[in-house]
Amino acid sequence: MISGGSIPTAELWFVILGLGAGSFALRFVFLGLVGDRRLPPWLLRHLRYTAVAVLPGLVAPMVLWPAATGGTPDPGRLAAAGVTLGLGVLTKNVLLSILAGAATLWAGVWLF
Amino acid sequence: MAPSSPRHAFVQGARDALPFTFVVSPFALLFGVVATEAGLNVVETLAFSIAVLAGASQFAALQLLTENAPTVIVLASALAVNLRMAMYSASLTPHLGEAPLWHRALAAYFIVDQSYALSIIKYERERLTLTERLAYFWGSVAPVCPMWYVMTLVGALAGTAIPESVPLDFAVPITFIALITPMLRTLAHVVAAVVSVALALGFAFLPYNLGLMVAGVGAMMAGAQTEVWMNRRRGAAQ
Repeated sequence: MISGGSIPTAELWFVILGLGAGSFALRFVFLGLVGDRRLPPWLLRHLRYTAVAVLPGLVAPMVLWPAATGGTPDPGRLAAAGVTLGLGVLTKNVLLSILAGAATLWAGVWLF
Repeated sequence: MAPSSPRHAFVQGARDALPFTFVVSPFALLFGVVATEAGLNVVETLAFSIAVLAGASQFAALQLLTENAPTVIVLASALAVNLRMAMYSASLTPHLGEAPLWHRALAAYFIVDQSYALSIIKYERERLTLTERLAYFWGSVAPVCPMWYVMTLVGALAGTAIPESVPLDFAVPITFIALITPMLRTLAHVVAAVVSVALALGFAFLPYNLGLMVAGVGAMMAGAQTEVWMNRRRGAAQ
């Protein structure tokens, strides 16, 4: 859930700077340090799936148990997620999927 | 055709990258709004976008921060989302590796999905000099990355004006779902995503958001194993 001002300032800045430094390190590691050496194929094979391995796991509990409803599954939110997923698979159009999902959520808020 | 020059390469990169601004801008705007909603001030929100320059990772970190996840988990998860940047870095190295260190360092900071994808396609298709390759890379950065900062700022400034009744909490999952679906290019990607969801829900009872770590590692291995299996099958079929 995204709501109200409970993130301690020190922790926030630690994450901003840490994530910034870490992201730079990831971008720099090969271009800057490794040079032309080849990476082992097994490592590349795992790196290929990191985004698709982390993001769905992050989203799934937010969809099923939204904090905004106290963790109770909410038909409007489930429908919005379903529409976004369906359109994404069908059209591969990120913006269209987001807009359709948002519209479904709006409709859900009015209905329920 | 006239012989290409660095100037020409830069303009070409910028032109190729222009359509991406229409994707990047709303996303940055949304980050600004959602971050403000989570209690970040304008400086903190903008610092986030400047320091990290990676949408999915920023949203992931912000989400986990609001869930009061331990700092280690926040950093580990958000960095895991950015691991693909290491792959981009490795893939660009044969093309840009001869540039001076300061130039490589500066370029590394600006490696994003769009600049990587455009540049690598260009490098693999055309024979360019190092200067032209760098110029094309900077051209592909020029319309996209500044837009990321500017629209984050706009979102942060506009965020406070959005009424409470708007269910903004769900902007993040919707955005992520929309971002994930185009990544599901092969069976291995689909397997990784399904395993990730299953493990994240199954291990949701673990403290400190450790379920997400289990899901991430398990799904990565599932994706890699599926790829091996698919290659073996293809090999056997031929």
